[in-house]
Amino acid sequence: MTQGFLVTNRSVRWFLMALALFTAVVAFGSEASGAGLVSTSLVKTLGKTLCLCLIAVAMDVVWGYCGILSLGHFAFFGIGGYAVGMWLMYARTEGIVMSSLQAQTIPPTPAEVSDAIGSQIFGVVGSSDFPMIWAFAHSLPLQLLMVVLVPGFLALIFGWLAFRSRVTGVYLSILTQAMTLALSLYLFQNDSGLRGNNGLSGLQNIPGFEQTSQATISLVFFLASALALGLGYVLFAWVVAGKMGSVVKGIRDNEARVRFLGYRVEGYKLFVFTLTAVVSGIAGALYYPQAGIINPAEIAPIASIYLAVWVAIGGRGRLYGAVIGAALVSLLSSWFTGGGAPDVNLGFYRIQWTDWWLVLLGLSFVCVTLFFPKGIGGLFDYIVRKPS
Amino acid sequence: MSSLLEVSGVSKTFDGFRAINDLSIQINEPELRAIIGPNGAGKTTFMDIVTGKTKPDVGRVVWGERNESLLGLSEAEIANKGIGRKFQKPTVFEDQTVRQNLAMALKNPRGPFAVLFHRKTEEGAARIEEIAAEIGLSDQLTRTAGELSHGQKQWLEIGMLLAQDPRLLLVDEPAAGMTAEEREKTTDILRRAAQTRAVVVVEHDMEFVRRLDCKVTVLHEGHVLAEGSLDHVTADPMVIDVYLGRSDA
Ligand SMILES: Nc1ncnc2c1ncn2[C@@H]1O[C@H](COP(=O)(O)OP(=O)(O)O)[C@@H](O)[C@H]1O
Ligand SMILES: [Mg+2]
Repeated sequence: MTQGFLVTNRSVRWFLMALALFTAVVAFGSEASGAGLVSTSLVKTLGKTLCLCLIAVAMDVVWGYCGILSLGHFAFFGIGGYAVGMWLMYARTEGIVMSSLQAQTIPPTPAEVSDAIGSQIFGVVGSSDFPMIWAFAHSLPLQLLMVVLVPGFLALIFGWLAFRSRVTGVYLSILTQAMTLALSLYLFQNDSGLRGNNGLSGLQNIPGFEQTSQATISLVFFLASALALGLGYVLFAWVVAGKMGSVVKGIRDNEARVRFLGYRVEGYKLFVFTLTAVVSGIAGALYYPQAGIINPAEIAPIASIYLAVWVAIGGRGRLYGAVIGAALVSLLSSWFTGGGAPDVNLGFYRIQWTDWWLVLLGLSFVCVTLFFPKGIGGLFDYIVRKPS
Repeated sequence: MSSLLEVSGVSKTFDGFRAINDLSIQINEPELRAIIGPNGAGKTTFMDIVTGKTKPDVGRVVWGERNESLLGLSEAEIANKGIGRKFQKPTVFEDQTVRQNLAMALKNPRGPFAVLFHRKTEEGAARIEEIAAEIGLSDQLTRTAGELSHGQKQWLEIGMLLAQDPRLLLVDEPAAGMTAEEREKTTDILRRAAQTRAVVVVEHDMEFVRRLDCKVTVLHEGHVLAEGSLDHVTADPMVIDVYLGRSDA
């Protein structure tokens, strides 16, 4: 089935080719491969961008195809990041603690080791005990399992409650905002067990690969992100291609009609919401080792709103639109806010883009919504004739 | 002939307004039944109650040989019992092709995972062709439903009903906005469908109802005013008074 679906889906093949080409160019140009045309920091930025593209594709499925304007998917992204970050921090701290304790004449007891790791990690919040949620932090496979299980479970419970009581439209959006806000506020507390506003840091250092250069590590993460985006794209394209896509789009356009056809709409929404949450978690787990740090501000409500803006600008309901929107807007955003864009001197006023970028983004969003509701992706409709 | 649907003693109040008032209707299988009545008589609300969209305040809605109550079931559960519904306003999925619209309605497992791994079958394709021929849209299968004419959308929606293969079809004002020729075709489709199933048609237009040539139920203020052949009910002085007397029909 997947094979036949790839043959009939031209846009998926085009996307995969473009992604492969882009990945190859960056990989061969990177410092790790010796060419040095693409700096390590740029490789990291591009790798992170690929992760943002992946969550944007998930957002397009939940919003553009299923009509659920979730403004909380960055919560799942953040949870994925925290889950992998816990192992990274634990394992690295364990390495440091072991090597310093090894120098002593009496070998340390397991309790001493655990205490030492605890005080290293939780010293900043005035504690040294391991909270319950760190129970699996010593094990990479278990934490990787958490990357998919925790977002999936949270989405399942939240979605079940919301969809079962038929909360829709703007009320659902507000509820998802409340969810990500609550999570973010909770994590900001020092006794949340995840180091409060300090978050988790040093995530770019991969335990066991201390001798490997950042150039190589960042290239590996870049490639992994590209692979994840490719696989995620194919998965979602397959989900929305067949009869599932028909039903999901039907729910977006006329939920009641789908019910009277005998489909249990709640089940479908829950499926889409949960699947996209899981993929968002995976995207986050790949993103934060490249960013090096995660803190509760990452899952503030505004992050999920940006996500919706990317998808709207890129064009809803076409997957590649979400990729274009996320890549373009997030890269432009780091360029403008990172001081990359030159200030504009109007004589009487100096436009500093670090301040004015948000205004520009807001205006672009309004313009796209009013004048180009199909977004940037809509331009492809002029180039390509749709096969019937 | 056994009773397929039995609505008895049903009332429904909206903000103090009695839309349905002690309504009792029995539908047999097979049967073709027309429900007429002035605007606001409660015809659409009757369908809402049967299909689970609206919960009645009192009364019973009983279905099938085993006399199951439909009250308390969700819209999807009721649909899967074998009740299909066409809305007053044509509601097809305008973004999707005629074939996709019919495929979605086709009688198949309705769960998310069954649908996700659904494969197109020869029988399914043949059934879609058959239904498309029945509703006169054979050469429109690859067109986007949004491009169809108003009448074609109405037929597509009736086709989606047939694809569900229900035992009872509830059809709300199928001829609204149709030309005389289109109406004729619509009556033919409905009469053919009623040979093997129960079909309940709500309609304003007397000519249309006359052509259906079936038992008629007159609804007024949420209550059955008269029932019988069209000639019988139109001769009823009460019906003439409340409905025909001030209507253009
Ligand atoms: N959901 C609702 N809320 C309030 N009033 C309603 C609702 N549905 C129907 N009504 C009222 O019930 C009455 C019957 O409506 P309806 O069943 O649509 O009539 P018909 O289809 O016979 O024209 C109307 O007066 C209408 O305004
Ligand atoms: Mg009506």
